[in-house]
Amino acid sequence: MRWIWFAVLLTFTCATFGADSPLVFNSAEKETRFTKLMTELRCLVCQNQSLEDSNAPLAQDLRNQAYTMMRDGASDDDIMDYMVDRYGDFVRYRPAFRPVTFLLWLGPLLLLLIAAAVAWRWLGAQQVAEAVELSEADDARARRLLDGKAPRKEKHRK
Amino acid sequence: MRKRFFPLIIFTGLVGLLAIGLTLNPRVVPSPLIDKPAPLFSLPQVHNAAAVIGSEQMKGKVVLLNVWASWCVSCRLEHEQFVKLATSGEVPVYGLNYKDRREDAVRWLEFYGNPYVVSALDADGRVGIDFGVYGVPETFVIDGEGIIRYKHIGPIDETTLGKKIMPLVRELKGRRL
Repeated sequence: MRWIWFAVLLTFTCATFGADSPLVFNSAEKETRFTKLMTELRCLVCQNQSLEDSNAPLAQDLRNQAYTMMRDGASDDDIMDYMVDRYGDFVRYRPAFRPVTFLLWLGPLLLLLIAAAVAWRWLGAQQVAEAVELSEADDARARRLLDGKAPRKEKHRK
Repeated sequence: MRKRFFPLIIFTGLVGLLAIGLTLNPRVVPSPLIDKPAPLFSLPQVHNAAAVIGSEQMKGKVVLLNVWASWCVSCRLEHEQFVKLATSGEVPVYGLNYKDRREDAVRWLEFYGNPYVVSALDADGRVGIDFGVYGVPETFVIDGEGIIRYKHIGPIDETTLGKKIMPLVRELKGRRL
């Protein structure tokens, strides 16, 4: 029951969020392009929201700015550059691949490689441990122990 | 023996990394405008709609540009610092009144004191966007050549002003002599 209410409430929140977006597009294609671009940009006020999601005044201003630029014929790259010039790489959810962002892009791969190397060594060491060969006498003693007829007088040497 | 301590070493390293992370402020986003020419602008003045204030009027000297608004609560926190600074006269402070209404801005300055040489009225926030403003108050240190040398996000306190901003201002002033 509770989730139904949740769904109902969620529907209404979406409706109210949509209501304050007065931007009008002359083609559906342009609107899709705009929406896609806005989801690529981070709102700096509420950092876990994109410009598309955010209701912050700054996000509205930046949406309007991007809208005006797009209307005047700016390409997606132009608008991206405009935002990055003012707010830095941080505004992009997918920052450009350049020296300062190398670690950001390659970090996960690097961690994976380190983990793989560690796993490789660890598993390799285990295999060696399993493959220990017993001498004939040790083998016989092990058998006796397993059969439960072991003479317990011997002390383990280590 | 060394192997036994390996997890401990990794754990300590991780704790260290996270501890550093905790001291960082995620709201402070490094500005790409540092060491770049400040965006050119020309806006009406808060106290005089007929007169303009902009890059042209600020050039040739080291200035602070403080982005403020009457609706900005934390601006009141830092305001005292600017009033003190204006009294000392060590560096001119210009205001960029961001997304505000003229009447409100004027009344606010009457009430809290006006430390600004002039405040520019950026009613629609367009100049603010050019300056990469996202959280008022923000303060820029702009040198004599119109280059942004430092940006402080959030209210300025005595420590930031005394330890960071003023030494930088003095250094920049010295460079010009």
